[in-house]
Amino acid sequence: MTATAPEFDADCIRRILAGEKHLFHELIRPCERAIYFLLFSLLKNEAEAEDVAQETAIKVYQNLGKFRGDSQFRTWVLSIARNEGLGRLRKISNRREDSLDAETDEQTGDYTPAILTSWREIPAEALEQKELGNVLRKAIEGLPEIYRNVVLLRDIEEMDIRESAAVLKISEASVKVRLHRARALLQRELAPQLKGFAPAKRRWFGGRA
Amino acid sequence: MRIDCKHVWQHISAYIENDVDPQLRADIDRHLETCEICSAVLDSTRNVVILMADDRVFELPAGFSERLHARIDRELEKAEDPNP
Repeated sequence: MTATAPEFDADCIRRILAGEKHLFHELIRPCERAIYFLLFSLLKNEAEAEDVAQETAIKVYQNLGKFRGDSQFRTWVLSIARNEGLGRLRKISNRREDSLDAETDEQTGDYTPAILTSWREIPAEALEQKELGNVLRKAIEGLPEIYRNVVLLRDIEEMDIRESAAVLKISEASVKVRLHRARALLQRELAPQLKGFAPAKRRWFGGRA
Repeated sequence: MRIDCKHVWQHISAYIENDVDPQLRADIDRHLETCEICSAVLDSTRNVVILMADDRVFELPAGFSERLHARIDRELEKAEDPNP
């Protein structure tokens, strides 16, 4: 997902507030994917995530006049989504084990990666296989909530560290620490499972950095 | 400076982000040239990161967008109705 230009957002908001309400569809559209997956990462339930995503959109609309433009529009929207999601979580009686308050993460800690030299490349076709997506989603769903959020924003929605920190209301340093832990956990979990997907013939992926 | 595997693993995420200082980056690169294990760990971590960014892995539920915009339409209509 790419964020829209702040000028577009600002202009759009001005016009919506001036009466061109239908433009709200265009304003929210670039954010809807991130809203949903952020909520899914919190609630771990498709129906709940969709329901709260709709409530978030309505809340954004009703509060549009309060957006001051001191952050990106998307950041503001996702903060609202997160608040709505946390509110829903509190209402859900069967709270999951990974309580939101119980975790601390500020130790970098050593970790031992899965050491496999056979999973180096993933063939493009593997992505078409449903199984790969399932394995990946399951691994991410299995992460503690504080790591799942960061992975969702940074790696799935490809936000930068600063915006991820703003949405989650944590420091950039914490985002980096959590991201490191999350990726390490995922690598350890996934590398052994995914090696079957790897005929390791050529270097298919370039680095993102 | 020679660095060991554990040291490399600690910085893998930052390395992928291109968020390590040039000296450390050079040290890691030198280590990777000769260490098959760390190269594999780096590649597999990076592949996980790349896979997660692929829209095909994380798809919105079918009809999500339509339902969302229909709900928004209802809200917009409600707001326009002078006597809701």
